[in-house]
Amino acid sequence: MNWWQRLLHRSEMEENLDKELRFHLEQHTKELISRGFSAAEARRRARLSLGGPEQVKEECRDARGTRWLEDFGQDFRYALRMLRHQPGFAAVAILTLALGVGASTVMFTVVNGVLLRPLPYPEPEKLVAMHGHSEAWRTDLFGEQNVAYPDFLDCQRDSRSLTLAGSLFDGGTISGAGLPEYVDLREITSNLFSVLRVNLGQGRAFLPEEDRTGAAPVMILGYSFWQRHFGGRPDVLGASLSLDDKLYTVIGIAPSGFRLRDSEPDVMTPLGQDTAKFLQSRGAHPVGVVARLQPGATLTTAQAELRLIGRDLAQQYKDTNADRSFVVQPLRPDIGDVGPTIWLLLGAVGLVLLIACTNVASLLLARAISRERELAMRVALGAGRGRLVRQCLTESAVLGLFGGALGVCLAAWGFRPFVALWPGTLPRVEEVQLDWRVLFFALVVSLLSGFLFGLAPALRAPVHKLELVLRGGGRGVAVSSRRMHSSFVISELALAVVLLVSAGMLGRTLLHLSSLDPGVNVRNVLVGRMALSPGTLADPAKTRAAWNDVLERARRVPGVQSVATVDTFPMREGDNEQGYWTSADVPPANKLPFALMTCVSPDYLKVMEISLRRGRFLDDRDTLATTPVIVIDEVLAQTAFGTQDPVGKRLWIPEVGYASNVFEIVGVVGHVRHWGLAGDDQAKIRAQIYYPFSQLPDGLMHRWSQLMSIAVRTEIPPLAEVASLRSELKGATGDQVLYEARTMEQLASDSLARQRFLLLLFGVFAGLALVLACIGIYGVLAYLTGQRVPEIGIRMALGARPGSVIWLVLRQSLGMIVIGTALGTAAALAGGRVLQRLVEGMQPTEVSTFVVMIPVMVLAALFASFLPARRASRVDPVIALRQD
Amino acid sequence: MNPKSDLPQGTLDLLILKIVALGPVHGYAIAQRLEQVSQHVVQVPQGSLYPALHRLENRGLLAADWKETETGREAKFYRLTAKGRTQLEAEAASWERLTGAVALILKLSEGGAE
Repeated sequence: MNWWQRLLHRSEMEENLDKELRFHLEQHTKELISRGFSAAEARRRARLSLGGPEQVKEECRDARGTRWLEDFGQDFRYALRMLRHQPGFAAVAILTLALGVGASTVMFTVVNGVLLRPLPYPEPEKLVAMHGHSEAWRTDLFGEQNVAYPDFLDCQRDSRSLTLAGSLFDGGTISGAGLPEYVDLREITSNLFSVLRVNLGQGRAFLPEEDRTGAAPVMILGYSFWQRHFGGRPDVLGASLSLDDKLYTVIGIAPSGFRLRDSEPDVMTPLGQDTAKFLQSRGAHPVGVVARLQPGATLTTAQAELRLIGRDLAQQYKDTNADRSFVVQPLRPDIGDVGPTIWLLLGAVGLVLLIACTNVASLLLARAISRERELAMRVALGAGRGRLVRQCLTESAVLGLFGGALGVCLAAWGFRPFVALWPGTLPRVEEVQLDWRVLFFALVVSLLSGFLFGLAPALRAPVHKLELVLRGGGRGVAVSSRRMHSSFVISELALAVVLLVSAGMLGRTLLHLSSLDPGVNVRNVLVGRMALSPGTLADPAKTRAAWNDVLERARRVPGVQSVATVDTFPMREGDNEQGYWTSADVPPANKLPFALMTCVSPDYLKVMEISLRRGRFLDDRDTLATTPVIVIDEVLAQTAFGTQDPVGKRLWIPEVGYASNVFEIVGVVGHVRHWGLAGDDQAKIRAQIYYPFSQLPDGLMHRWSQLMSIAVRTEIPPLAEVASLRSELKGATGDQVLYEARTMEQLASDSLARQRFLLLLFGVFAGLALVLACIGIYGVLAYLTGQRVPEIGIRMALGARPGSVIWLVLRQSLGMIVIGTALGTAAALAGGRVLQRLVEGMQPTEVSTFVVMIPVMVLAALFASFLPARRASRVDPVIALRQD
Repeated sequence: MNPKSDLPQGTLDLLILKIVALGPVHGYAIAQRLEQVSQHVVQVPQGSLYPALHRLENRGLLAADWKETETGREAKFYRLTAKGRTQLEAEAASWERLTGAVALILKLSEGGAE
């Protein structure tokens, strides 16, 4: 018989076993009788020499090998029966666990989607990203460097181990069909879809012959853009759309959910058709390169090959490629800086889960002690210690699984609202979903926690001093179990203290950060990006006139106080970082200090209400004909000139792209928190330079005009102005777009969104921990006090007053509270350091935080222990003494 | 009473296999024969006999059938399988090697090697 047959014929086998042993006993008895013993004595001797029949049977069953499975089934059914008989206990335990597992699963769903899931392309492990690398490039400041288009073409042609594809971020104005709209445009190589192995949703990809200058203009639409503007109609294929005043034929629609460098493009055009001058130069590095490893190629062989190609290019083009090489890395999604936030939250949620486990463990332990007699009886009947431990663990595993199942339901229902709460947009949010990995995580967590909280009670299974337990009727709580109960309470309190103090630190940080002066007056300021009429972009003079027209028109709108153009305004994405020097002997680029360059029109100072410290701000005197001037902020003044007056001094800014790279400083203004209220103090580049838009050279005019925004100070709430501004700014030709309009107040508040979000969640977790810890301390004390009722009865019969009984119980909990908070404080100090490392602008741990948060914990815990204490003080001595 | 010896670890299985090799036999008879043959020196705790039988059956060294005894009672008769016979031979040989070696060592006279 194999094992499952044995399992199926279980009752038959039991019968046979019984028959076999009976036969043995009968034969033995018969023989003993024939030797002259009385019938009764013979039966007794026969039994004695065989040993207890039940024990022998147990050992025979063990010999079968299917034992564990049978036992598991039995234990499982038994566990279910136990839970049914104690619905209150079962409900509390399962709900507690469901909360813990549910919260952890929600957090893990986010971890999984954002950090763990592979890229949504076939064979993602074969995809690599290629970066440029040179000595002068500061990866720590600017991130990985992209690749020059001619370099890309050479690598694409020469590489045997990689198929390379490129893309370029751009933007443009689509007009016609109820538009204009400014769109997220990507210029891509014709093979991009085939390298990613993505099939188009409709139509076809670009052909190689369309990826060259002079080919017929064609475009592919993003799925969402297609749905938004064409309602998903297929007849858009073959239609013509105007992009920046040029007609393109729509030949394809990207599939739904298609992402390119972590966002969904609105429109794609062939990169090879772009005739922009910077694309022909090896000195500009705009192309993002993704590649697929050819069959048989590895990252190492690809890297070796690229090194050779890079060396050839360096010899051929000494001016631009002298120290340039190319690096490949496995393609990874760009998730920005959310990693620490996510791990932090997973850690916090883990603490809550631990507290939940501890609570259930102390419930189970209390139950195990009251079941001591039952367990002792089982040992007497032949159950081994291992067997009992296994049974207890099966019970807690069943609890864990029920809690886990409910937790997964909670998580399935809860993770979308949670993701919606996330500040800003969560990267890869479309990947956040319940998948097998999340379910596996939940299963493992439930079983592990089941094991964790089941182990302590299980190991208590009585083996020694059986008769003591059986006789004692499970009264007298062993010292060891009291100690274990106390350690549960202590660890719960300690964990809760960690969460409370962290929440306190975050709260203090948020208060501190909100009180900081951003350097600008954020009230009543509207900022929005501006796409000029595409017709004006070709001619610099026309472009200047168009910007002046924009300012004129905006000023005419009722309620507008002042208006300015600006390329990068504070507290949002985008900046122009340039190295500067205070004398003509400029060192190499990677040795320069850096500053943020902001290109503005004169009214910017008035719009933002930045304070002027020295000299003057930029004004109408600064034209193309006069000396290039700049205004610096006090941070730069301090670092570059110390105590000297910077006005009248000069700065050399080598890479700015002007004919002359010398600028005269005409004024000093206050520092503006460009990186947001939280981030600015730790930012790597803080110094600021303002330069006039009116002095921007013609060569930069086109690129800058694609980036410019306007900032408007209003007399009324700024969002009420958006509609009238938008219609006024459409301009004479009706194809100018004001988009992404936000108020500075929103931006300032968003710059604290992460801290606020963390505070909210830590607050919730800390509250949860506090409640769970109080339930835990209440349960344990109620139980321990219940065990002492006879003792308390005697004390009261001997004249103890209620007050002293209350003190008796409270003293017990005070000890736990003191140790718990002490341990918690130590852990919180360590935790605070982690927070400080991971959260921008985090204030260091201060005594005041502890002084505020720890009494909260202590008071709550005292309250929880007061209830059982008071109940103990009301014990009627007569009833207490009669009990048991 | 005769002095009794504890069985060395693992010998019970060997003894059972040997006795069953002589012909199909039920559990009680195995216990009796063990005692008789060893002249009451070896006394098998009967409590461990049955688990051992079940274990050997489980490993495929023994097979069992329900048959009638001479007295007309139904009993479980164990017999040796082919696998069991191989095992018996191997274990018996290794036992003889071991006891031979132990005996040789015990024969050494006091005072070390001659």
